[in-house]
Amino acid sequence: MNEREKLLDQYSGRVFKNRKDHIVQLEADGVPQEIAANSRSVPGLMINRGCCYAGCKGVVLGPLKDVVVLTHGPIGCGYYSWGTRRNKARSDSEGKSFIQYCFSTDLQEPDIVFGGEKKLKQAIQEIMEIFAPKCIMICSTCPVGLIGDDIHAVANWAKATYGIACVAYSCEGYKGVSQSAGHHIANNGLMKNIIGTSGAKRDKKFAVNMLGEYNIGGDGWEVERLLKLIGYEVVSIFTGDGSYEQIKNAHTANLNLVQCHRSINYIAEMMKKKYGIDWIKVNFIGIGETMRSLREMAVYFDDEGLRQRTEEVIAAELADIEETREAYRAKLHGHTAGIFVGGSRSHHYQNLLADFGIKTVIAGYEFAHRDDYEGREVLSGIKPDADSKNIEELTIEPDDQYYHLTLNKERFDALQQKIDIEKYEGMFRDMGNGTVTVDDFNHYETEKLIELFEPDIFYSGIKDKYMIQKSGTPSRQLHSYDYSGPYAGFRGAVNFARDTYMSIFTPAWKYLTPPWNTRPTLEGIIGGGENA
Amino acid sequence: MLDATPKKITERRALRVNPCKTCEPVGAMYAALGVHRCMPHSHGSQGCCSYHRTFLARHFKEPAIATTSSFTEGACVFGGGSNLKKAVKNVFDIYDPDVIAVHTTCLSETIGDDINTYIQQMEIPEGKIVVHANTPSYAGSHIVGFGNMMSGFIQYLAEKKAVSNGKIGIFPGFVNPGDMREMKRLAGLMHGDYIMFPDTSGVMDAPNKGHYEMYPKGGTTIEEIRALGSVEKIFALGELTTKAPAIKLKEKCDVDFAALPLPMGVEATDQYIMELSHFLHTEVPESIEEERGQLVDIMLDAHANFYQKTAAIYGDPDTVLGLTAFALELGMVPKYVLTGTKNREFTKKAEALLAKFGANDCKAVDNGDLFELHQWIKNDPVDILVGTTHGKYIAKAEDIPLVRAGFPILDRYVHSYMPIVGYRGAMRLLELIGNALMDRQDRDAADEDLELVM
Repeated sequence: MNEREKLLDQYSGRVFKNRKDHIVQLEADGVPQEIAANSRSVPGLMINRGCCYAGCKGVVLGPLKDVVVLTHGPIGCGYYSWGTRRNKARSDSEGKSFIQYCFSTDLQEPDIVFGGEKKLKQAIQEIMEIFAPKCIMICSTCPVGLIGDDIHAVANWAKATYGIACVAYSCEGYKGVSQSAGHHIANNGLMKNIIGTSGAKRDKKFAVNMLGEYNIGGDGWEVERLLKLIGYEVVSIFTGDGSYEQIKNAHTANLNLVQCHRSINYIAEMMKKKYGIDWIKVNFIGIGETMRSLREMAVYFDDEGLRQRTEEVIAAELADIEETREAYRAKLHGHTAGIFVGGSRSHHYQNLLADFGIKTVIAGYEFAHRDDYEGREVLSGIKPDADSKNIEELTIEPDDQYYHLTLNKERFDALQQKIDIEKYEGMFRDMGNGTVTVDDFNHYETEKLIELFEPDIFYSGIKDKYMIQKSGTPSRQLHSYDYSGPYAGFRGAVNFARDTYMSIFTPAWKYLTPPWNTRPTLEGIIGGGENA
Repeated sequence: MLDATPKKITERRALRVNPCKTCEPVGAMYAALGVHRCMPHSHGSQGCCSYHRTFLARHFKEPAIATTSSFTEGACVFGGGSNLKKAVKNVFDIYDPDVIAVHTTCLSETIGDDINTYIQQMEIPEGKIVVHANTPSYAGSHIVGFGNMMSGFIQYLAEKKAVSNGKIGIFPGFVNPGDMREMKRLAGLMHGDYIMFPDTSGVMDAPNKGHYEMYPKGGTTIEEIRALGSVEKIFALGELTTKAPAIKLKEKCDVDFAALPLPMGVEATDQYIMELSHFLHTEVPESIEEERGQLVDIMLDAHANFYQKTAAIYGDPDTVLGLTAFALELGMVPKYVLTGTKNREFTKKAEALLAKFGANDCKAVDNGDLFELHQWIKNDPVDILVGTTHGKYIAKAEDIPLVRAGFPILDRYVHSYMPIVGYRGAMRLLELIGNALMDRQDRDAADEDLELVM
């Protein structure tokens, strides 16, 4: 039995039938394999997935600092997503940032029985009275969809009454099969209602949007620092330290940089159709990947000055971290890792681990789609199922006023051969040699994988962190970076190496076994001794 | 920090800002984790279960196991019965608990899933048990959910035997494992033969032994929960949380109960000890008297540091009442006393406490939120905040020291191991509050005023 078969061995009939397609063992490099993904989880398996609301409010909208994101529902959902996912944000010039707050309609039983629209309107009235934001976003939770509150009508009322932007998102938790549905719904809402509403024109040469960069642990700031050093202007960030004010102008960028493609590729595609803005897949996690991304951006813009500055910045940044990088590489080289997060990061971080000589032996995603494993080229072959059909696909037409192609078709086609323009590779590309990939991994499989592969460190989230640590394996959260970071770019890479080293080698690991379990504590002579 | 919070207080009827409560299911999940070899099961969307496990793991820094029915749109239309039945089968197959404790969510409550009927229809392996509790998130709070799950277990399992088992039952309330251990230690010193329910000690404070145990040794056993029906008396500590399940047990098995506050501070701990002594007919041992005497000794030694210091105390109803009582015993002025849970009884009890110590000009509210608390503080500040992690924004905004106590504490370690109940717990609280006040005094002192000896 290989590891995959051992993993599946415990499962009986129906669970086996379901899980077998979500677990792939790559025997050799480069052999394409199909994996089942973005499908319903099996009830009763202790999975790490969240819900549609978590993807919409928690991931995409939560970081917008000048927006009052109002959770319409009972108190829990808003409360749990308070404090965001460590999406750092600096307050505006007046010192205001709404992401320190939690706003909820705190629905009560009578609201569920008689409808919550009245309370929602009243809450918006109170928001306007107390906070007067320029933009309010309403996010529905499960019961709101069931009782049929028309939150979109309330949003229209708010727009008309207060002259503000107000967008409603029907992101009830039961929609789709994971957070992923919520990403899509959030993307749609931003595209329909916010992007391109400022009236600003495209008049800059090297202006970019950063898509799918949530500034966890300050990653976005680190990337922005590099981009500015080279000479790019960052128009907007979706959505880490992002704002309604910035995103309105997103249509004025020349190029979209896509970091977390899982959560934001919809906007990238729609902006291409509507505004003609090309997108490239970047990855600022990992030293090699950061260099590749910066260089591909320079290739895209085809400007000698930009190319030169790119090389200068890379050289300076590399020199800056060289000593620390070498020190950690020497300590970490040869270790093995397991990595199970999100829908893009498990791949991104493999490159960073490889920078320090750590081999990823087991990996998987919580809510990825097939293309995240197999590469974007499989997209056309994926048939939408009932759950994904429930999520609206917007029909996008080129914008009369703002549509403008940066590159002509010839140049675009030529570039496609050279760089990751409008495509991305899947995780499988970087795995192989008996490594195992698991989609929508669960508690049982996590335990079993650790037993089978004995990785030196396991990266995932807080729900399994302590279980893994109890099994004697160092574990770090890659959702929240265990309250550390940034991990992006060159400096971030050495932060990550430091944290990884620290967690593998912290002295406490030596104390797991008490000395009395391995050494005798009682000494004495049995029997009467010599003189007996 | 919190710069959008105006000083001017506006009446709010619909908008909740910076809540001081969360939803019922997470309380139910925590209660179920206090049952030995139990798998809490969340009957709703995946997000509920994921959020609750995350939340508990963040507070306890421990694995918080639970499974979900993984509702999709189809399940909302056709009912969650099929999902629940599949889930129960899979949970027993793969994770092999002795009992599955199902709690509902706002989703399954809104569509009206009848869990009891589902349970009767499902195939449950020999010797295994499934129980449930209704925990709609749009009613009550996590505190109510905790009580509801206790009632659920009692409803399904507690049995009245012809003969009493001679034990007492202790309901610890929504407290940390460290508090439960302290309550048990005191009961043990009083020679009580007790059943604690639920009991998360040994579960949510399990040691690291280098191998993972899904079901650590702690938790109330199923046999013990059954035996609750035949105990002599229930001591329902944290009465605003535990009185409802105590009444449930009274109704089902005719077991008497004493509804008591959490044993926090001197008087409430005295009350716990006196009740135990009275009921068990045992003398209070010297060791307890010694602890009490030590606490009072320290209170006298340090009283000058607490006199008329003003505090804002917020969190869960019983915990806040306990903290308030002890603050008053220390000579402090609990200027703002707030819980997010809607419970008029809380406000009455808090007001009675304040009146008893002659603390005028103090405000006590239930169903409040931290935005409101912050506005009060902006208008009239306090010397110290005592409560949960979410108050740290206010602490930073207003530069007020914060002592963490209650649930949740997401940003510190060790708290769940160390009691704040009993005389020893009061001693610890005194140290935490005293240190925070005195550190502040040191920090703010001019060089010439810095005291070496205090």
